[in-house]
Order: sequence, then C-alpha cells, then structure tokens
Amino acid sequence: MEEQGLTQEIKPPVSTKGPGRWLKENLFNTWYNTILTCLALVFLFFAFKGFLTWAFTEAEWGVIPANFRLFMVGSYPQEQIWRVWTAIYILSVLMGLSAGLWGGLILRFVVVLSGVWFISALLPFDFELSTRGWCLGAIAMIAVSFFLGRDRTSLRSWILGGWILSFPVIMVVLRGFGENGVLTSRWGGLLLTLILAISGIVVSFPLGVFLALCRQSKLPVIRWVSTTYIEMVRGVPLITILFMGNVLIPIFMPGFDINQVLRMMLCLIFFSAAYMAENVRGGLQGVPRGQHEAAQAVGLNYVQTTLFIVLPQALRSVIPAIVGQFIALFKDTSLVSVIGLIDLLGVARSILANPKWLGLQAEVYLFVAFIYFVFCYAMSYASQDIETDLGVGKH
Amino acid sequence: MLHSEVLYLATPSAFGVLGQVPLDVAYQTHFITNNIAPVYLKPRDLRGVSQRSFDSKNMENNSLTAASGKIPFWRDVRVLGALFQVLFLLGVILLLAILYTNMLRGLDSLGLALNFNFLQDEAGFDISEGISYDPSDTYLKAFWVGVLNTLKVSIIGIVCATLIGLLFGIARLSSNWLIRTIAAAYVECFRNIPLLLQIIFWYTAVVAQLPNVRESISLFGGVFINNRGVYLPSPEPTSSLTIWLWFLSGGLLLAVILYIARWRQLQQLDRPGFRAKWALPAFLIVALCGWFLTPGRPFTLDLPALQGFNYQGGMRFSPEFSALLVGLSIYTSAFIAEIVRSGIQSVVKGQREAARAVGLKEGQTLRLVILPQAVPIIVPPLTSQYLNLAKNSSLAVAIAFPDLVSVGNTMLTQTGQAIPVIAMIMVSYLIMSLTTSAAMNWYNRWITRIGR
Repeated sequence: MEEQGLTQEIKPPVSTKGPGRWLKENLFNTWYNTILTCLALVFLFFAFKGFLTWAFTEAEWGVIPANFRLFMVGSYPQEQIWRVWTAIYILSVLMGLSAGLWGGLILRFVVVLSGVWFISALLPFDFELSTRGWCLGAIAMIAVSFFLGRDRTSLRSWILGGWILSFPVIMVVLRGFGENGVLTSRWGGLLLTLILAISGIVVSFPLGVFLALCRQSKLPVIRWVSTTYIEMVRGVPLITILFMGNVLIPIFMPGFDINQVLRMMLCLIFFSAAYMAENVRGGLQGVPRGQHEAAQAVGLNYVQTTLFIVLPQALRSVIPAIVGQFIALFKDTSLVSVIGLIDLLGVARSILANPKWLGLQAEVYLFVAFIYFVFCYAMSYASQDIETDLGVGKH
Repeated sequence: MLHSEVLYLATPSAFGVLGQVPLDVAYQTHFITNNIAPVYLKPRDLRGVSQRSFDSKNMENNSLTAASGKIPFWRDVRVLGALFQVLFLLGVILLLAILYTNMLRGLDSLGLALNFNFLQDEAGFDISEGISYDPSDTYLKAFWVGVLNTLKVSIIGIVCATLIGLLFGIARLSSNWLIRTIAAAYVECFRNIPLLLQIIFWYTAVVAQLPNVRESISLFGGVFINNRGVYLPSPEPTSSLTIWLWFLSGGLLLAVILYIARWRQLQQLDRPGFRAKWALPAFLIVALCGWFLTPGRPFTLDLPALQGFNYQGGMRFSPEFSALLVGLSIYTSAFIAEIVRSGIQSVVKGQREAARAVGLKEGQTLRLVILPQAVPIIVPPLTSQYLNLAKNSSLAVAIAFPDLVSVGNTMLTQTGQAIPVIAMIMVSYLIMSLTTSAAMNWYNRWITRIGR
C-alpha cells in the first residue's frame, strides 16, 4: 500500500498564466464581479461611442489651432516672443545639464519633453516656420547640455546655483526693462499660469519656512502672530483673498503703481505661504528632539542649529508635500480669471466670448482641461517618484 | 580637560553664567555637591546650577565663586526673549498702523467712511434664489440670503461628495480589475483638473446645452431636467402628519428600550454584536404601520408639472446651483475616494486574516476590525476636504450663483465699501471653518474612543 502511495502520480499544477486565466481571476472570479464587469463594459461602450462620435463628427476642433498662440502666451507681443524662447532655452540648458549629471527621474522627464518639442515641431497646423525652428532648437539645447553635463560632478554646485538664479533671471528676461520690455499686463495664457504658480511656490517658500519657524517658536507673541496669520489665510477661500488684494492693495499702498498681474501674484504668494508654513511645520515636527539636543551639545546656537541641522532634515521630508502644494496652486491660479486676468482659463473664456467661436464651449474647455491634466498628472507622477527616491516613510 | 572647548560652548546662556570657567569644572562641582546623575542640561537647567550650587554655603570657598552672581540682564534668555517679542510686536503694530493710515487716506480720497451703516440701506438688487427676499430689503438681508445659499450648497455638496467618494474609494479596492481601473481613472481625471474649470464646464457646456422646457428630459416620471434647472418632486406635509408623528415618537421610545435591552444582553453574554438588531426593525415596523394606519397620508408628493411655459410645483434646483453642486461633489469626491482607499489600505492585512482566523464573518470583520481602525485615520483628512468644499463653494461667483461671495461682490461694487464687506465675508467663512472643524474634532474623539 505504501509503495503504491509513493508512486502515485501527481498532476501538474493548473497553469497560472495566460490571458484566459487572468480574465477569470480579475474579471469573472465571483458571480457579482461577473455582473459588475458586464455592466461596466456596457457603460464603457456607450460612453466611448458617444464621446468618439462627438469628437470625430460634431466637434469643431479648428478653434484650437486658430488660437494656439493665445492659449500659450496670451497677448504677449509677437516681436518679443524671443524672450519666451530665451526663458525656455535657459531652462532647457539647466535641465539638460541636470539630466546628464543626475540621470534618473529628470532624465526621463527630459526625454519626454524632447518628444513633446519634436511632435510640436511637426504638428500639421499653420505654425510659422520660425516656431518650428525654435522647437527643434530646444531639443538641440537639451541634447548638447546633456552631453556637456554627463557625469561631470564638478559642475554640481554650479548647476544648483543656476537653478536658484534661474527664477529671477527668467523673470527679468520675460519682462525686459522699461517701456521697451513687455509689460506684465501683457503676460497671458499658459505662460501666465506657469509664472503665477512658480512664483507662488518659489517666493512663498522662504516666507513659509519663516512662518513655520515662528509658529514653532518658544516665544508666545511670535507664535501667536504667526498662528493667527496662518489660520486666517487657511480659513478663507482664495477667491476672497484675490478680491481683497485686487481692491485693497491700491488703497493700502497708495503711490505704488501695482498692476493687476502683480497684485494677483502677491495674493497668491501670501496665500501659498500659509499652506507652505503648515507643510514645513509638519517636517519640523518630524525632526527628532535628539537632533536639537545634539546640536546644542556641540555648541551650535539657535540660528546654526536651525540652518544646518533642523531645516535640511525637515525640508527633505516635506518635498512631496511641497510638490502636492504646487499642484494645488497650479490649479488654483485659474481663479485669477474670475478677477479678469487672461491666464489659461481666462484665454478660454475670452475666446468663447468672441462671436466667431460661439457655442464651442466643450471643445475649448476640454482642450484647456487636457493641458491642466497633463501638467498636474506629470507632477503627481514625479512626486511619487521623488517619494520613493527619498524613501520617505521608510527611514 | 580634553573636551573643555566643546563643552564650553554648550549653550548660549552658559556664557552668561560661567563666564570664563570651563564647563567641565562646573559639571564636576555640580555632581559633587548635589550627588546626582548627569542629565542633559537645557539652558534653564544650567541657570539652576549656577544659583543652587554656586551660591550654596559649601561652595563659598570654591574658586568658582568669582564667576557666580546674577546674570547680567543683557545675557538673560528670558529678558532677551521678552525684549525680542516686544520689538516683534511693535514691528507688527507699526506695519498695521502704516497700512491703516494709508487706508484711511485712501478711503478719504474716495469719499468713503469706514463703518457698517450702509448695511441698513436698501439693497436694490435682485437675488435669483434663496429665502424670500425683495430688492427693497436691506443689504444685511441680502448678505444673509447669500450666507444661507452657501450653507445650502455646502451641506448638500458634502453629503453627495461623501457618498460618491465612498463608492469610488471602495471601488478602487475591488477585486475586479475593470471596476478598479475605472475608479482610478475617475479619481485621476477629476482631481487633476481645476475645480473652476469643471464648474464652468458643467455650467456652460452641459447644463446650458440641455433641451428647453418643452423637450425636458424626464426621469422616473417625477424628475424633469431642462435648461432652466432640475425639477424634483417634493414631499408636502398634510394635516394628518401630527398623528403619524405620534406613531414615530412611540416607535422611537420602543426602539430605545429595545436598544438598551439588547446592549445589556450583549454585555451579559460578553460578546460583540449588533446593538440595534432589535431596535431598528421595531422602529421601522411601527413607522410603517403608522404610515398605513394614519387616515389620509402624512405627506403628499408635490410633482412638478408643465403649466404654461414652465414647470410648477415640486422642488427646483436652478442651473447655477446644479452646475455648482455637480462640480463641487465630483471634484471633492475624487479626493474623498483617495482618503477612503488609503484609510482602508492602512489597516494591516494581518488584521483581516486574524479576524477571519478567530471566526468572525465578513461583515463582522469589517465592522469590528477594519472600520474601527480605518475611520480614525480617515476622519482628519475628510474634515479638511469638507472645509475645502465649503470654501470652494465661493467659486459660485464665476457662474453667478448668488452665494455669499457673489452677493458680497455685488454689495461691494454698489456701495464701494470694500473693507467692511470683505471683512464680513472672511468672518463668515472663518466661523464656518471653525465650527466644522470643531464638530469634526468632536466626532473624531468620539469615534476613537468607540474604536478602543
């Protein structure tokens, strides 16, 4: 009997691979999942059919290429458009160098970006030839600087310095000087949206760090003032702050000629600073108490402890949160169109106000939504990548 | 003495106390005199050292006495702190004062006085929806209409967003690949597009494109959708409602008694169980019996019906309200879905397996093991989403739904009283934010206590 048992034939295990197996496991494993799958398929079929029929037969997409320039830069003067390209080239060089040096996420990003430029250069719209040239030039810039920066670790601090300097330099390039430059009131479209969002994050960053440190201070008055500011700003909607800034900044600061774009920029910065402060505070609280004590023990004073010990650790852990805030701010900049600026959404609204493009809401808004989506999704994807790179929550 | 230089710099206040004395000497004397273990020294502790050990009798002959004595006030952390705070406060006050004088000058040049008297004036503008209001009413009344409209859209929006978010959050955890993917696409799509764009899209590209009144879309025979709004049947109380209310109170009483009885029984048995197992059906049975026993019906359904050029009767959601509600609910639900998903996923898999291993059923596992651990994680971010929704309802101004901000904005342009009006708007939102977060904090405390 025993011998028989030993020689008993064992059947090979049922295959766990193959599309049929996958379908059974993931779509039809129980009776209710089967019903759900069928319902979902029916829903998807009708949704896609409806959308595709509309998109390919009824929709008039001609409005997009006809106004492409408006979408991108608003009423930025044509003869000064080289300023925008110069700004893009500065960023391209920095990105190429960084990609060469660090590789990884930024390298992938640069590759995708080059692809986008390449496709833009070949789009069958009636772009001017110079625009196509500028697009290809951007790819060349990225490629050249990539090979220049390749594994050249000595450039490291130069590139970091370049990134820090790039923001003021680009602002100056875009604005130019005096009457010969481009007045900020003529900035518009995606350009304005990006400028508002980036300046909102970059300028609010030091402000937010300062507010967070104040809120963590042992001195009660400083703590109270900072807490009041943060909680008040976080308690009210952005739109009221924008309305307030629009009306009150001229009253509060007579004598300064601050135009609407700058006013909105200031409002976004002060708004964003309060949220930034809360993010940074989270990071500050995450720094173990022992780090402060160790810093004190080796004889560092408060400023040194904060600058060299606490902040580097705190800021490292809040990078994902700051990316999240940047995404939120990028979306929130659309509110300036309510005040009357022509950012990306404002451009869409002004195009639709034109009798020539009447009734094309769906096309225009879907296109604008697509642009917002691509930016936000790319950033949240990058943020997840950074999170894994930094190993947040694993240490 | 090797480490004297390092320890010498231990704290800023140590400079003041010990002057030129190496700190390790101070340490030694401290241990000798007080016979205590070395603990880490904060600035304040060191001050204590100086006063207790250096000024005490047995230290009088110590060579360190030269360094003893009071700390000069310009090196005292407390004095410096106070001074710094006073200076900081003065700076803030100075800034505010400059802004205030500038403001007064600015208002003066505009010919405006800073007070709230204008609130008693006649508003003179119409508000398309909300509680009964007439253009001849005061500005204060107009503002109140706006506040109530904001509350209405926020509360209905929160309910809808929670339900939709819950649905998609659970769908993201489904074992069905297709359902999971659709839910993920929904979340990614709606949370990555600005809310303002979504609201404007719903308003101009969807609601405004609906068919006109004659060709209304009709659902279930009672709901009508057209470009003038959404018409729903509404329950109208009749005279026999009071009788039914008596039935309801009786049922409630019975339910409470049964609930307590069941609770006692469960306590005696020392078993987990569903406490409302008897109370809930009992209440429902009494309520249903009451419904049929009451002469006439407690409620009649007021169905919207086409009369002349429009639907009359029932409940009407205006196009603006509908677009705003849809936009707010969908946008917020995408965030809530993520919160629900991560909350449930944060409960360790082993917990579920352990619950199954000790023989709990699927429902019991969810109710007794998963939810008590997931809900405390879910509630705080959920609160901030509710607050966001209430604040985001201010985007109504873009589609002219008369909420608090857009009524306020009209008041502002009519009277020019920017500062009082904006202050009123901000205070209203602050009150709403603070009440909501207080309520949710209370709920959070309650739920965490239950969970234990």
